[in-house]
Amino acid sequence: MKTNDVILQTTTKVIFFIIFLFSIHIFFAGHYTPGGGFVGGLLTTGAIVLLLLAFDLNTVQKALPFNFTIMTAIGLLLALGTAAGSIFFNVPFFTHAFDDFSLPLFGVTSLHTAMVFDAGVFLVVVGAAITIIQSIGGDS
Amino acid sequence: MINLPLLPIILPFLFAILMLFFKENVRIQRALSLVGVIISLIASFYLLVTVKSEGVLAVTLGSWPAPFGISMVSDMFSALLVTTTLLITLFVVVYSFTAIGEEREKFFYYPAILFMVTGVNGAFTTGDIFNMFVFFEVLLIASYLLIVLGGEKKQLRESIKYILVNVVSSALFVITVAYLYSVVGTLNMADISVKIAEVGQPGIITVIAVLMLIVFGVKGAIFPLYFWLPGSYAAPPVPVLALFGALLTKVGVYAIMRTYTLFFTHNVGVTHEILMVVSVLTVIVGCVGALAYFDLKQIIIYNIVIAVGVILFGAAQMNEAGISGAIFYLVHDMLIKGALFLLIGIIIYVTGTSNLRKMGGLMKTHAPLGWFYLIAAFGLAGIPPLSGFIGKLLIAQGAFEAGNVWGSIIILASSLIVLLSVIRIFIYAFWGEPMELPKTKRKPYARMMLPTIVLVVLSVLYGVGTEWLIPYVTDATDVLLQPSIYIDAVLK
Repeated sequence: MKTNDVILQTTTKVIFFIIFLFSIHIFFAGHYTPGGGFVGGLLTTGAIVLLLLAFDLNTVQKALPFNFTIMTAIGLLLALGTAAGSIFFNVPFFTHAFDDFSLPLFGVTSLHTAMVFDAGVFLVVVGAAITIIQSIGGDS
Repeated sequence: MINLPLLPIILPFLFAILMLFFKENVRIQRALSLVGVIISLIASFYLLVTVKSEGVLAVTLGSWPAPFGISMVSDMFSALLVTTTLLITLFVVVYSFTAIGEEREKFFYYPAILFMVTGVNGAFTTGDIFNMFVFFEVLLIASYLLIVLGGEKKQLRESIKYILVNVVSSALFVITVAYLYSVVGTLNMADISVKIAEVGQPGIITVIAVLMLIVFGVKGAIFPLYFWLPGSYAAPPVPVLALFGALLTKVGVYAIMRTYTLFFTHNVGVTHEILMVVSVLTVIVGCVGALAYFDLKQIIIYNIVIAVGVILFGAAQMNEAGISGAIFYLVHDMLIKGALFLLIGIIIYVTGTSNLRKMGGLMKTHAPLGWFYLIAAFGLAGIPPLSGFIGKLLIAQGAFEAGNVWGSIIILASSLIVLLSVIRIFIYAFWGEPMELPKTKRKPYARMMLPTIVLVVLSVLYGVGTEWLIPYVTDATDVLLQPSIYIDAVLK
């Protein structure tokens, strides 16, 4: 049966980027306001799942040629590395550092090591969730 | 080094992550898992020595003040268990090189083991009751992978049962923690102990104590919650079975011992009486099971149930002899169960069956296997000077001191049944007329024997060298019997 999904596919191409950008916004909004790596990662996953619904597994794999298992591993490494950095300063594990920096364009910005940890969480959530969806939806 | 208690948790985790990058490359995975376990083991020995010289170590994550952040606490009890865990993992990993098969190795077998060790060590070390739940989940999720890995029909059937039971008990765990939190308003274990002591353990806390016993009893396989264990543990291949049998139930036992010595110590007449009755019943059903089967795996698996009963019976006495006996027996049981499972794995490899009736006369072809099995069997039953003796002696002494004559007689009698059940394996498999054996290569047999022999020798040394271990076990007992040592270390 030939399905007519022109509307879905066309809107998806636009909406994917809106969701993805919003997920990045949510990711950076974390720490002081609601948001962060976990929910940002889930939003990105949602965007990719939308792509999967509108197109199919092979197309999406071609568009996003990442190995999501490796992505999970990189995320875990990033998270663990950030948390374990405290070992070298002999302060309790997970202690985070932050300071205000004046950056061009952004002005005075406070940067946290917690953000790197959150980036790890982001990658783990996306990697793990997409791996699960791929392996469940994979065999037909 | 303030983060020392965390090293045995972080290091296996780090190496498990690194292995994820090399899914297809079995050689790198083997090397990484071996190096990872050895480094973690060295760290845990260093931890053990430091705890011995400096007392209880505590670190609260993220530099938050103690009752608010998550505390990690290494006292002698948890340091001993962490070290034993890594020791057993080392031998199981080496054994797996030959025993598990490349197909499983290519599907995250070694990462799963190290993730599970992360969870086990975390559960032993954490000083926060909710964090303990998190580490339980870490080890359970890794164990789900290990039990289903390979996808045989039997494995799939049993893993559904295993996952269902554990999901239900995990849900109950969260509910129990929520009850406890709503009563005492804190999750830090040291702080909970202080708060319960302040209110003097009213009825609701006793109810929570029994709920905790149910939650950890499912994981630790006490009567009548052990029903899932014999089926589920028999499904995965032997190295996985050895890990599960040696480590997983012990986490439940540890949690019961920790909560029943730190939190619920003000109404011992109810809570510890229940624990004692249940543990004696556990021993009895375990004995029945161990004698009922003609299957190698089932016999040893029911011996896990017996051991859990014996350890908890010792812990329920709440006196010095009983508790230190329980600690001695706990470490002994982890070592000897690891060794026995590895041994029966070799017997199954050599004979191609786990049915006792189809074996015989192995003594003529595989004499070393027979002798080491016999040593391990005697060790399990607790024949002096082997490793099980001192623990059981102290447990019985503690029970007599506490006036629980009947219980201790049952525990002592159970030793005979344990001996009978394992000697039956020896008689059927090694004596009698030699059966025709399937063609197996000599090389894998030798490679599997090596880690097994070293583990058996270690368990013998554990029995013979009891004298040197006594200071360590005494320290562990002191912390359990005097919660103030633990509390002072955490809350400073």
